[in-house]
Amino acid sequence: MYFQSFADLLAMDGHGPYVWSAYLLTALVLVQLFVWPWLLRRRLLRELRLELRRSERSEGDAAAVELS
Amino acid sequence: MFAPDAPSIISDDMWSLFHKLGSPPWLYRISGSILRWLLPIAVLGLAVGATWGLLYTAPDFRQGNSYRIIYIHVPAAVVALAGYYVMAIAGAIHLIWKMKIADVAMMAAAPVGAALTFIALVTGSIWGKPTWGAWWVWDARITSMLILLFLYLGVMALHEAYDNKAAASRACAVLALVGTVNIPIIYKSVDWWYSLHQPASIKFSGASTIDPSMLWPLLVCIISFYALFTCALLGNMRVAILQRERRTSWVRRLAVETG
Repeated sequence: MYFQSFADLLAMDGHGPYVWSAYLLTALVLVQLFVWPWLLRRRLLRELRLELRRSERSEGDAAAVELS
Repeated sequence: MFAPDAPSIISDDMWSLFHKLGSPPWLYRISGSILRWLLPIAVLGLAVGATWGLLYTAPDFRQGNSYRIIYIHVPAAVVALAGYYVMAIAGAIHLIWKMKIADVAMMAAAPVGAALTFIALVTGSIWGKPTWGAWWVWDARITSMLILLFLYLGVMALHEAYDNKAAASRACAVLALVGTVNIPIIYKSVDWWYSLHQPASIKFSGASTIDPSMLWPLLVCIISFYALFTCALLGNMRVAILQRERRTSWVRRLAVETG
């Protein structure tokens, strides 16, 4: 490793705040690139599932009304 | 005239690939299995490249440690530009052949490209402060990158502005294609105008002006960013495919199975 200690690594001769904030921000943006479509896909599938259940139930109700 | 048994340039395998590309369930399935191995590799690659660059390289002889921002700044900028090619070419394919999947790819590329351009601009700004003494300068390279960000955001906004999605896609494709004018300007900005921004230090022809000890971790990061772009693109495409196909039986089956 180039740096002598962990404190040196954090400080980077005064450039630490710049370097680390740049890396942190990049990490946050990259993570949301994947979390966002993952959440959207999950929500979409859940909505579809509820929709299907609802339509199944209403079909069942309609059948019950016809029988009675 | 063509001989009846003239060998076709496009093999049967290629044709079947074209047919499959038009098949949403196949695309959804194959993109899922690509993501399962490519995403871990991309994340691992970026972790390796960034750690290498941050911990195991010497500081730049002039810029000191601030130069370590290069390992995310350059990959983000390179792939932000490559992403624009993907978006514009997909737009062209959609306009010419009316391929639906090209439209999906174009719209999936826009937010990823915008995010990468944003990363390039912000990390560049943070790098500029200790190096040039300013967070922002209206320099040719930086301004043309800002225009790239606006082009990506413009395509996304334009798509939202239309109620008619077919018209929206055509308008977005035209905007994306017109915006390609900006790409050579970005590349050449450091040569054409007097610029604070340093010229490219990696060259495909001729000697690179970057030390090999810094070049290797940078290359690892660039490749990882390409892989991340591909993964994010596929992730967005998967959502769009489900959205468009939500009335079909295969999506309904998928919705029930995942519950």
